[in-house]
Amino acid sequence: MGILNKLDNSVEQFESGNIIITSMDKLLNWSRLSSMWQMFFGLACCAIEMMATSASHYDLDRFGIIPRPSPRHVDIILISGTVTLKMATRIKRLYDEMPGPKYILSMGSCSNCGGPYWEHGYHVLKGIDRVIPVDVYVPGCPPRPEALLEGLIKLQEKIRNQSLAKHTA
Amino acid sequence: MEINDIYNKLKKAFDDGIGEVKTDVPVSPFIFADRSKINAIALFLRDEESLQFDNLSCLSGVDYDKDNLAVVYHLVSYALKHSLVVKCLIPKSDPKIQTVSDVWAAADWHEREAFDLVGMTFEGHPDLRRILLPDDWEGHPLRKDFKVPEFYNGMKVPY
Amino acid sequence: MSELRTEELTINMGPQHPSTHGVLRLVLTLNGEIVTDVKPVLGYLHRCFEKHCEAMTYPQVIPYTDRMDYLTSMNNELAYVLAAEKLLGIEIPERVEYIRVIMSELQRIASHLVAIGTYGNDAGAFTPFLYCFMDREKVLELFEMVCGARLLYNYIWVGGVSHDITPEFVTKTKEFIKYFRPRIKQVNNLLSYNKIFIERTAGIGVLPVDVAINAGCSGPTLRGSGVKYDLRKDDPYSIYDRFDFDVCVGVGERGVVGDSWNRYIVRAYEMEQSLRIIEQAIDKIPEGDVHAAVPKRVKPVAGESYVRTEAPKGELAYYIISDGSLNPYRIKARSPSFCNLSVINQISRGHMIADVVMILGSFDIVLGCIDR
Repeated sequence: MGILNKLDNSVEQFESGNIIITSMDKLLNWSRLSSMWQMFFGLACCAIEMMATSASHYDLDRFGIIPRPSPRHVDIILISGTVTLKMATRIKRLYDEMPGPKYILSMGSCSNCGGPYWEHGYHVLKGIDRVIPVDVYVPGCPPRPEALLEGLIKLQEKIRNQSLAKHTA
Repeated sequence: MEINDIYNKLKKAFDDGIGEVKTDVPVSPFIFADRSKINAIALFLRDEESLQFDNLSCLSGVDYDKDNLAVVYHLVSYALKHSLVVKCLIPKSDPKIQTVSDVWAAADWHEREAFDLVGMTFEGHPDLRRILLPDDWEGHPLRKDFKVPEFYNGMKVPY
Repeated sequence: MSELRTEELTINMGPQHPSTHGVLRLVLTLNGEIVTDVKPVLGYLHRCFEKHCEAMTYPQVIPYTDRMDYLTSMNNELAYVLAAEKLLGIEIPERVEYIRVIMSELQRIASHLVAIGTYGNDAGAFTPFLYCFMDREKVLELFEMVCGARLLYNYIWVGGVSHDITPEFVTKTKEFIKYFRPRIKQVNNLLSYNKIFIERTAGIGVLPVDVAINAGCSGPTLRGSGVKYDLRKDDPYSIYDRFDFDVCVGVGERGVVGDSWNRYIVRAYEMEQSLRIIEQAIDKIPEGDVHAAVPKRVKPVAGESYVRTEAPKGELAYYIISDGSLNPYRIKARSPSFCNLSVINQISRGHMIADVVMILGSFDIVLGCIDR
């Protein structure tokens, strides 16, 4: 069922049913994208929308996204809110503690580019991508939960097209 | 109690420690106090039977004008349900003022914040460190002449 | 055995920690499992609110007040707008006053739901979190209907509100009140009177009255200690003096007065009172134009104003100094969480390390409000 749908046309199934053949890439990508464990980590206003997304109404669990408190367990980190200069070095450190492959989703204007604190924010980092690399940017102040879900689906798409053989930054 | 009665009471107890009272300014009237006697004045305001300002609602540091900083105390009495605003001017050339953190515990963090953002020193404060900004930050952002640093720890600040 | 000396241990909690409700950092000194010292380190979310205000015009500040305490945006806007209006000295239409009260009470319910849900989560109960967020969505839907935003509204303007409420909003709000009353009871059954929850919170972190007042604690934190002080009653602002509601205090129904459970239960009770206020307001709301008193240019005279309001987390006040120009000269926000948090060292000492999480949760802090 699920695995055959997700792995699309590159899957070959034997008639007896229980054995399938596919490429290593497809299998790894499929397993990665369907259990993206997320860091239990909120920064500011966007964190509330992130909580709302993971609560019953929007339900992140159905994407296989489960919050984990330790950076050693996680695959993705949602930067949900304003990153200040004091916090930026800590986030860099959390990122370094995560095992690869790791993905960053920048949620909201503040972590994309400084947002409303762009002009006079003497203590605000103008975009998390100045400290760590970002895979998906979700715009909005704050983004609606639907927008966050869309961003996560985009990230899944990105993971789906990865390959062990070629280097994709 | 009205501000003029409080003023008369304070004037009687502290004489030249209390400056003038401003009642004609828009919205909220206030009393000027001497920065070197503010601790004793605060204690009097808290403990005097007819005043009983048991709560320091807010303490703000202000870059007041060209030559002065100021600390503004917003006091409230839970017991008698009246309020008062006291201001202390501090010359920028010598930015020092007595602490009131031993009178109201609420002042502890507020004074640290005022020190951090506006840059006056509270003499007698038990633990005067920066509270919001990092310890190695330079300058006091709420001063009107504050210049945003170009870099902090290798991260570019203004764009 | 009691003379056995142990080495003191310093551990770091946060800024990335699931139970610090944001990016707070606590430096804990432990003797075994017992906490001997707690040093909060703030500033990981210092977003320069006060500096921003000096560069903005008065109406432009409102979106920034939203982002200060992002769980109680409406209350933040209301407090700021009241302070600005006091400087301007303008009369507000009746209808606007009623709308503002309805909005801030709805926001109070939403905020308390987050407080209760995450507090349950801290104690290890995940189900109340899901229940609370489900109901909170219903409040957010009401807000969305009236101003289009879910979290940060920019709804209350100087002199008015951005959009008038529709008859549909009125019916939906009435439906919500009917729906939500039994749900409070359900949450109480689920969490408040749960034996495990009571064991975790009752008698933990007792805050004496004199310490609370001296340290400037306010809101449910102060009322949990048994002080009947609510600015909506004791120093009424807007039109709160027209409504009939009770001030809830901790009475030691479980545990002792001033402990974490009593601080918590005040919030659960307050939601019921907010419903009462909304009910009264929505019945009495008069007709009128919500934009009638909105000034074309907000340019107050030189002077200063200080307005205290009762936000869900406690006493929220704005101190505005105007120099007569279009931009405020200085704005200071007196945030409730900032003062409430300052007592944590005093009341955590002597408790187990796991209790620090419960004490912290019982203050219902928001870091945006503390660090500004």
